[in-house]
Amino acid sequence: MTPAQRTEQTQWLLAVRDRRDREAFGRLFDFFAPRLKAMLIRSGLRDGSAEDVVQDVMISVWNKAAQFDPHRAEASAWIYRIARNRQIDLYRRKPLPEPELMQEPESSEPDAPQILAMEQEAAQLREALQKLRPEQIEALRHAYMDEMPHSEISRITGLPLGTIKSRIRLGLDRLRRDLTDLRSQ
Amino acid sequence: MSKITHHIPEEMLRAYAAGTLPQPFAVVIAAHVSLCDACRAAVETEAALGGALLSSMAPAAVSSGAKDRLFAALDSAPPPPPQQRGSGIFPAPVMEALKGQPPRWKMLGGGIRQQILSADAEGSLRLLYIPRGRAVPEHTHGGLELTLVLQGSFSDCEGRFGAGDVEVASDDVDHQPMAGDEGPCICLAATDAPLRFRAMIPRLLQPLFRI
Repeated sequence: MTPAQRTEQTQWLLAVRDRRDREAFGRLFDFFAPRLKAMLIRSGLRDGSAEDVVQDVMISVWNKAAQFDPHRAEASAWIYRIARNRQIDLYRRKPLPEPELMQEPESSEPDAPQILAMEQEAAQLREALQKLRPEQIEALRHAYMDEMPHSEISRITGLPLGTIKSRIRLGLDRLRRDLTDLRSQ
Repeated sequence: MSKITHHIPEEMLRAYAAGTLPQPFAVVIAAHVSLCDACRAAVETEAALGGALLSSMAPAAVSSGAKDRLFAALDSAPPPPPQQRGSGIFPAPVMEALKGQPPRWKMLGGGIRQQILSADAEGSLRLLYIPRGRAVPEHTHGGLELTLVLQGSFSDCEGRFGAGDVEVASDDVDHQPMAGDEGPCICLAATDAPLRFRAMIPRLLQPLFRI
């Protein structure tokens, strides 16, 4: 995944937000639906249920597109949050309370350098992610995609909780250090 | 609110985002994030990593009709329910817990008022109103207590907490929060276990007030 491709996904989401562009929405579906389905299946949903949730998530993407702010997120991060919260609500007794939406000034112009800087940071994060060892990526996927409290991760993987927690932290710390290194180059 | 100095610990923000916190804590964190740019940025940074992990998933083929069904549903899908808005000092997650109504205070004595927003096996969530310069009876708790200041300030052995600040108190903290001089202090407080008061009288009253 190159940064250029990523920007493309954000462009599609902006086209959906600003022009209700159905072709762009179709492209978002083509990219994200199979990956969202993979995320939901790995968390334990069956094929059919996973597709139902993917449909729900994509309808939310369409309905909430006006809330997307490219200064603060790329399309993947924004769609991940919608999917993650939907996934969490499936097993919580009460819906996860969400923070109040940020109020943007009505006439604010897009700040192109800031959007670019954010996209560069995100691209660097992806590069850093690719440098992690497979078991570190697996620990991160557990933490960011699975429907279980941390205490259950140890039961399933057979690893002591402390190891998982330190792996997640180490993974993030490594990510952060890599980002810092890249930034200072 | 640039003067927020007491934030949500990183581990707790992560547990919130993973949906593993008891509901009362999740409401306090959503309310703090509503007021705090630093913690909002932390949550959104986590989502950047989630998004990167999502993009790196090996795709699982979706069934052939899924895209057509989605497009057919776009026009017929009911519009999303309107999002709860904040009101005055209460950010949206607090208004949600108040079901959109202003607080209905119950007097606790000494000018202290509260409204219980929820109390069940997951813990309790309540609004507290402490008059200027008054102290909440000294208490300990079996678990963890999160207190978010919505108006005014309070101080205890851990320091001073102003609007937007969160105090995270574990069960080894024996504290007596006292409201500041600038006016009444209004807080949102969550516990995952009932509080225990040190003095005998409040302890006897505890079942009555469920605090």
